[in-house]
Amino acid sequence: MSEQVLLAARGVRKSFGEVEVLKGIDLDVRQGQVVSLIGASGSGKTTFLRCVNLLEEHDHGDILLDGDPIGYRVEGGRRRRLSEAKVSAQRARIGMVFQSFNLFPHLTAEGNVMLGLTKVLGKGKAEAKDIAGQWLDRVGLGERRGYYPYQLSGGQQQRVAIARAVAMQPRLLLFDEVTSALDPELVSEVLGVMQKLAESGMTMLVVSHEMLFVRDVSHHVVFMDGGRVAQAGTPQEVFGNPESERLRGFLGRFHGLFGQAA
Amino acid sequence: MIQYYFDWGVIWRSWDKFAAALGLGLTLAVVSLAIGTVIGLAGAMARVYGSRWVAWPVWLYVEFIRNVPLLLLVFFIYFGLPEFGIYFLDKTQSFVLTLSLYAGAYMTEVFRGGLASVPRQYMEAAKAIGMRPWQRQRYVVLPVMFRITLPAVSNNLISLFKDTSLAAAIAIPELTFVARQINANTFRVMEAWLTASALYLVTCYVIAMLLRLVERRYASIR
Amino acid sequence: MELEPGTFLFDAWTARYALLNGLRVTITSSVFSIVLASLAGLILGIVLSYAWWPLRLLVRLYVDVMRGIPVLVLILFTYYGLALFRINVPPYWAGVIALAAFATAHVAENLRGAVQSVPAGQMEAAKAIGLTFPKRLWYVIVPQAIRRMLPPWVNTCLEIVKGTTLLSVIGVVELLLANQQVIARNYMVVEFYLMSAVIYLVLNFSIAQLGALLERRFSYIRY
Repeated sequence: MSEQVLLAARGVRKSFGEVEVLKGIDLDVRQGQVVSLIGASGSGKTTFLRCVNLLEEHDHGDILLDGDPIGYRVEGGRRRRLSEAKVSAQRARIGMVFQSFNLFPHLTAEGNVMLGLTKVLGKGKAEAKDIAGQWLDRVGLGERRGYYPYQLSGGQQQRVAIARAVAMQPRLLLFDEVTSALDPELVSEVLGVMQKLAESGMTMLVVSHEMLFVRDVSHHVVFMDGGRVAQAGTPQEVFGNPESERLRGFLGRFHGLFGQAA
Repeated sequence: MIQYYFDWGVIWRSWDKFAAALGLGLTLAVVSLAIGTVIGLAGAMARVYGSRWVAWPVWLYVEFIRNVPLLLLVFFIYFGLPEFGIYFLDKTQSFVLTLSLYAGAYMTEVFRGGLASVPRQYMEAAKAIGMRPWQRQRYVVLPVMFRITLPAVSNNLISLFKDTSLAAAIAIPELTFVARQINANTFRVMEAWLTASALYLVTCYVIAMLLRLVERRYASIR
Repeated sequence: MELEPGTFLFDAWTARYALLNGLRVTITSSVFSIVLASLAGLILGIVLSYAWWPLRLLVRLYVDVMRGIPVLVLILFTYYGLALFRINVPPYWAGVIALAAFATAHVAENLRGAVQSVPAGQMEAAKAIGLTFPKRLWYVIVPQAIRRMLPPWVNTCLEIVKGTTLLSVIGVVELLLANQQVIARNYMVVEFYLMSAVIYLVLNFSIAQLGALLERRFSYIRY
């Protein structure tokens, strides 16, 4: 891989009270890559993702975006937390899609996409409307731009949420188990949108339990276990040659899926 | 039991009095709700986001107002303010002040509950697209909170309108006062009170219907 | 502290019997109203939830009328109305009846809401084990509804205590009027109104505490 490293994590640690959930995570995401985090629940995948977007603060280590530390600056060898305005600006460069969609209930699909464009990026209304329209078209919801969240199915809401995130033209897009809250028949429409995004060269960090998607779309797969990276590599390496008992056990649960593949 | 013959003539002849009284009551309620909403927003913000030194006095204000009878507050402010050298409020202004402070306490509680019930995820989604703290309040938290609290605000308006009846105690000519006047002057007891009751009832009903329409207009949150 | 004539404490001490009597009237009229409203509200609430529809409609009408008219108007209407028919009712009882009539509507409506919030499966399960209707209510529905019912009921009690001040308008010497009578003699407006405010605060806080205690007592009911 020759592309430059966009996101780098070095020895990231995070505790909630007494419990250490991240025990030193090292990880690189290169420009244009799709990196998937897999692992059992409680392994720290989601916490790591939330640290990247500063919804949680990590305690030790560095998370660097384009070489800049996220959430703090180093001053005389000490970490100083950035102001809320700076943190907000950093967040604007990273998009995030949530498990529970989190669409703003008082705004239409279009309004949801437009809010960040107008209020954070300072675009004019007409331009924002234009961009929102384009992205809603790309996720197949151009017709529904005037609908409120409660008038949309879960899959449609999640596609609006994706449009809301990409419309900001982030450097990096985070996906936090975005299909887990969906009915099974709605999962594929969301994964389809994600696959198209990946093919268009969007850099993505994905937490997912959709192993077929992970295997077919990722460039790099990271298996997390107990707050550590237990194995990382190409999908072929991770799925084809699971090194640890834990990974074999984890993948075994999806055995039927892979059958003769891998 | 004695016979009672209804005679609605008196009521018809004083319809203008009733109309003016109804208008006055509605005005008192709406003005107080408006001022109370401003107080309530500030109070709720203070209680949710403020330091202990701001939140505590607000708590005291809310608990005092909610646990002391309104009629006592009306008298206290009407007769008490001059003791503190405040002579320039007439009885109507003094009543509006009382009802506004009263509404402010209830609205503080309504908005505080509203702020607490705005799901945390909306805040996170607003953070994720890079909104600054005040932008998150202005464009996400407050709009959602207003929609959540709309029914409670409607109920408050109806309560306030009914509470304007207490203005009669300091001789402000609203519905209850007018009814009592007619009752005393003409002894048309049933007619006077039936008319006042019906006017209150219908007005409350109409307000409720209108606000239901507004609520439906903003019913994007399920 | 010296009790000199012309000081607040002196005047309060001098008027202690009148003031205590006012407090007694406030408390007894509250208690009578609460008891009456709770009993009547229980019955009307069950009618509202389960009765034959014309009956339900009638009670619904009563509840909505009561909730759309100010309590003060109800009190005045009851007082002057009863006098008109030469029904010799002292203002105290006219007031209690009006307050209770008002609060009954609230209790009934709250009971209906609480009953409705008990999952439908509970009634079916109670039917399935062969309980009769009153037994289904008493052993299955009411115990579960009570937890939901308690906070609004405590609220209604507080409203009643505050509402007894309105009896002063028809000349019942309760706590507020007792204070006003003292104020009319010595013009100590702030002191005596503040004192009565504090007494109402104490009364209402005690009721709220009692309510919280009851709520904790029933907190094992979850659904």
